[in-house]
Amino acid sequence: MSLDLEALCIRSATDGALFAPLTLHVPAGGVVTVMGPSGVGKSTLLDGIGGHLAHGFRLSGRVMLNGRDVTHLPAEARRIGLMFQDPLLFPHLSLGDNLAFGLPPALRGQAIRRATVEEALGQSGLSGLHDRDPATLSGGQRARAALMRSLLAAPEALLLDEPFSKLDAGLRDEVRRFAFAHVKSRVIPTLMVTHDPEDAAATGGEVVELKGYGPNQT
Amino acid sequence: MGTALHPVTRDGRLLQAVVLGVVGLGLIAPIGLGLLQTGRAAFGILYALGHTELTLDPWRDLAALPGFATSLRLTLGTGLGSTLLSLLLATGFCAAVHARMSPMAGARLLTPFLAIPHAAMAVGLAFVLAPSGWIARALAPLAGWERPPDLATVNDGWGLALLVGLMVKEVPFLLLVILSALSQIPVARHMAAGRALGYGRGIVWVKIIMPQVWPMIRLPVWVVLAYALSVVDMAIILGPSNPPTLALAVTRWFTDPDPAMILPASAGAVLQAVLVVLGVGLLLGLEAAGKRVGLWWLRRGGRGLSAEPGLWAASAAVMALMAAGTLAMASLLVWSLAWRWSFPQIMPESLSLKPWAGAMQGWTRALSNTLILAGATVGLSLVLAIALLEGEDRARRGRAAWAESLIYLPLLIPQIGFLYGLNVVFLRAGISSGMAAVIWAQTLFVFPYVMIALSGPWRSMDPRMVNAAAALGAGPWRRLMAVKLPILLRPILTAAAIGAAVSVAQYLPTLFMGAGRIATLTTEAVTLSSGSDRRVTGVYASLQAALPLAAYLAAFAIPAIAHRNRRALMGTETA
Amino acid sequence: MKLPLIAALVLTLATPALADWQATLGAARGQTVYWNAWGGDERTNAFIAWVGQQTETLYGVKVEQVKLSDTAEAVTRVISEKAAGQTEGGSVDLIWINGPNFLAMKGQGLLHGPFVAGLPNARFLDLSPASPASVDFTVPVEGMESPWRLAKFVFTYDSARVDTVPVDMAGFVDWATAHPGRFTHPNPSNFMGATFLKQALIELAPDPTVLQQPITDAAFAAATAPLWVWYDALRPNLWRQGKTFPENQSAQQQLLNDGEVDISMSFDPASTAAAIAQSLMPETARVFVHEGGSIGNISFVAIPFNAAHAEGAEVVANFLLDPATQAHMQNIEVLGSFSVLDPMKLDDAANAAFAALPTAPALPSVADLGPTLLEPHASWMTRLTEEWARRYTR
Repeated sequence: MSLDLEALCIRSATDGALFAPLTLHVPAGGVVTVMGPSGVGKSTLLDGIGGHLAHGFRLSGRVMLNGRDVTHLPAEARRIGLMFQDPLLFPHLSLGDNLAFGLPPALRGQAIRRATVEEALGQSGLSGLHDRDPATLSGGQRARAALMRSLLAAPEALLLDEPFSKLDAGLRDEVRRFAFAHVKSRVIPTLMVTHDPEDAAATGGEVVELKGYGPNQT
Repeated sequence: MGTALHPVTRDGRLLQAVVLGVVGLGLIAPIGLGLLQTGRAAFGILYALGHTELTLDPWRDLAALPGFATSLRLTLGTGLGSTLLSLLLATGFCAAVHARMSPMAGARLLTPFLAIPHAAMAVGLAFVLAPSGWIARALAPLAGWERPPDLATVNDGWGLALLVGLMVKEVPFLLLVILSALSQIPVARHMAAGRALGYGRGIVWVKIIMPQVWPMIRLPVWVVLAYALSVVDMAIILGPSNPPTLALAVTRWFTDPDPAMILPASAGAVLQAVLVVLGVGLLLGLEAAGKRVGLWWLRRGGRGLSAEPGLWAASAAVMALMAAGTLAMASLLVWSLAWRWSFPQIMPESLSLKPWAGAMQGWTRALSNTLILAGATVGLSLVLAIALLEGEDRARRGRAAWAESLIYLPLLIPQIGFLYGLNVVFLRAGISSGMAAVIWAQTLFVFPYVMIALSGPWRSMDPRMVNAAAALGAGPWRRLMAVKLPILLRPILTAAAIGAAVSVAQYLPTLFMGAGRIATLTTEAVTLSSGSDRRVTGVYASLQAALPLAAYLAAFAIPAIAHRNRRALMGTETA
Repeated sequence: MKLPLIAALVLTLATPALADWQATLGAARGQTVYWNAWGGDERTNAFIAWVGQQTETLYGVKVEQVKLSDTAEAVTRVISEKAAGQTEGGSVDLIWINGPNFLAMKGQGLLHGPFVAGLPNARFLDLSPASPASVDFTVPVEGMESPWRLAKFVFTYDSARVDTVPVDMAGFVDWATAHPGRFTHPNPSNFMGATFLKQALIELAPDPTVLQQPITDAAFAAATAPLWVWYDALRPNLWRQGKTFPENQSAQQQLLNDGEVDISMSFDPASTAAAIAQSLMPETARVFVHEGGSIGNISFVAIPFNAAHAEGAEVVANFLLDPATQAHMQNIEVLGSFSVLDPMKLDDAANAAFAALPTAPALPSVADLGPTLLEPHASWMTRLTEEWARRYTR
């Protein structure tokens, strides 16, 4: 599995191109880090790859996932997972139901689905919390839960948008290792955006500098 | 190049187009037809009576009708006066208590006043304020009154009772609107900055906060003005009668046995619409003038007099209004349980359940009609509103200004301006009066309120929730049903409660489009209020007030139960 | 015994009119009649509901009351339906009507009929040309509306607060001067207020006979001159200094009940006793009429030309004329309205039923009501209210 960006460029309706066309190869199980000054369009890049581009932006170039051109597919058909700074667990579902939300429909049977969720909870140190209100969990627990939710949907690629920046120093390290371990074990190409060089160093993968156009880029 | 529209975006645009089409053709176009018909009659064209020439005679007849000038004066006085005074009082009150009241607490306190229909409030106030009413009875021992004094406190010639009645309903509404606007401004920080620069609290409010708030409350204030200028049911109960306000006079002329009166009545209806336009124009003019004068005043840098006394006066006035409103609501219930209650008794001499039992045949039918209408109109409005908002989300396109105005138009045009003309159009098209016609006519006014109530919370839902669901493989329908709607349960139910309150309170649409056959609690209460039995009126008015309150309670209780284990969904959305 | 009965039945069925009636009954079965009637009095509404129950049991005809604040609402509805070309299936089946509204509808061809002659119970009415049932405000009825209750203009007063009452209209000025702010009348745009002015007009006009003719400008000026002088003397001592008036008779009754005024008026002589029974008036309320007589008329029901359920409406109109119905209506505990039937045409059993009805202290007997003054021509009332509005609505 691999994620390839071919001459990807995003234009905003008002400011023109945000950055120079980007060509990138993310190998299976590898983590590529994109860094750049704030405001350059890192989050917009991830939106574009995942299919969540907001109104007012246009994308040119191609996104290839395992040889498939997914550029024109809607977000839900791309099989590209997404994680934000905020865990964004659905507030109206319990922890277990949150994790179950992304399970493929092909996985039938309540017992099997429940078992899969419980196993994921176990792997992330959250066992026994299936019916909890996500708002009652700690920051670290929520971050791990959000990652497991993305992984349970069996994505073919994963995008991380500054996922550890809201965690305090001690927790960040722990969650980071947890995340990269799982991503590598499932051999999923991962693209991470961050402004923290430690995050980049921890991946052990390629680091790309995103240079922007526009008046407010230094 | 990603130029082809994604299927979702295409779906979204289609959905938008369909809903706007339904709203435009189904709701707005008929208003236009009604206005056209009324307009033609206003200029002398009414084929049924053989008038086929354009002429200004209806206008001359209108001006010659007895008391016309006074009616006009009364309308402008009560309409503009109540709106401006309410705005002033609401602003002052907010300035005084803002720091101590969150929008949620404010909404909860104000809910009963917002929920109770205008007619019920008017019936209650008529009793509280009358010379033989509650306040007079309380004062009777002190003033030595054996019989009620001959003071015109209700149905007075200057329309003051009507003014007060309108304000009792308008001030809570404006308070809610202003509080909600304030929650979008960093008020505390502005206040601190202003006071640090030497300006008193009241002046900071006038110079810094209100100019930011005004654009956000402009449209609701226009809606309030349009209503106050054209209110009929409150005018019947509290307003002057000799001559009455223009809207009431026009309604009477439309139902005059002499059919030739339809022509000047139509002219009056057109004039009513023109008055609303002029009123809004006046507000715009005041706004522009206020900007110029305000800027000049700001630039002078005067720290101004302390406005504290003004703020406390405004607060006191608002409290008095709320007290009057509470007494009014209580009086409805007490009357419905009274048997004999004569002056100067403060409480009934004898109590009985006979008013409820005796009128049961009537009120059970009126109640069921009201419930059916509320259910149908709210259901229809919610479906349209959710479809429109979802369509906007999918199309990734905001609402055009013309679409926005299309939705709010029914709230700004006086009902009397087009309802009669529309009835004629319907009759000609063979659509007989009945439930369907009344449901349509009520949805016209329920839909905008539901849109107003739902748009804010819908748009302020975190969009990344939806993106996260998409990243997990959920398609557009699953995102709507499994993520958006459950999260927005409380705002949806609140919008439904508001819609139900609006539907219950409708008077003219039910009267005109139902050919008088559809008896709702409101139509009955207004008819009975001019009767001699306050007890039966109390029964109908109590029921009329209870329904919207029940809807609001449900809107509060159902999410509380459904989300009892979901802390993030409790108490953070704005109403 | 049976033979005469069978013969009578055969004869009845052989009579064309009554054979038609069987056809009407057949067509009416299953219909729902929308009776547009003033809804301001709960007891009348309850009586109408009772009528509906009876007609449903007896004839399979349901009645739905459409409550009006003013009969003119129903008239306007029929006019708009005619304007829209709706000549059948109209929304109004039966209207409680008389006077100017009847004149308007009859004049514009908005009524179904003549139908009264075809009603079996019409044989109990006095339909001779000059009787009150044949002439409505000087307009010949010609069978286009059927009577159902009697109306007489009476005053009500609270005997606990008032010792003497004015015996005629002129006396009202003195009474009001002695008791300022304690008397008023409903707004003349309402039929009760207009009737008050009419009563005053009849009593004060130099030549009352001219009122039976359609109006002319000269006649109007001459007849009303004393009226306006009298009114201008009365007005400053009225409740609220004569600047505002109660909407209708019910509102004024409420004022009497609240103690804001001492005198009220009504078209229903039994309404005071009924109100006392319902605790809507103090127990000391009593009825009085003027010595010279007071206006009286009959309330009718009429059927619009485009009524969807005309047969059902005729059945209801006929039921209202049944002696048992009229006796039930005149019972003070039910409604207390006086019957429109001619006692000479009723048999002994029916008359006995009327005599056995309960009495009440505030209920006047028919004799107490005094002579009946004839209503003026309808054009006088319209002009009178216009002139009053012109002078006093500013």
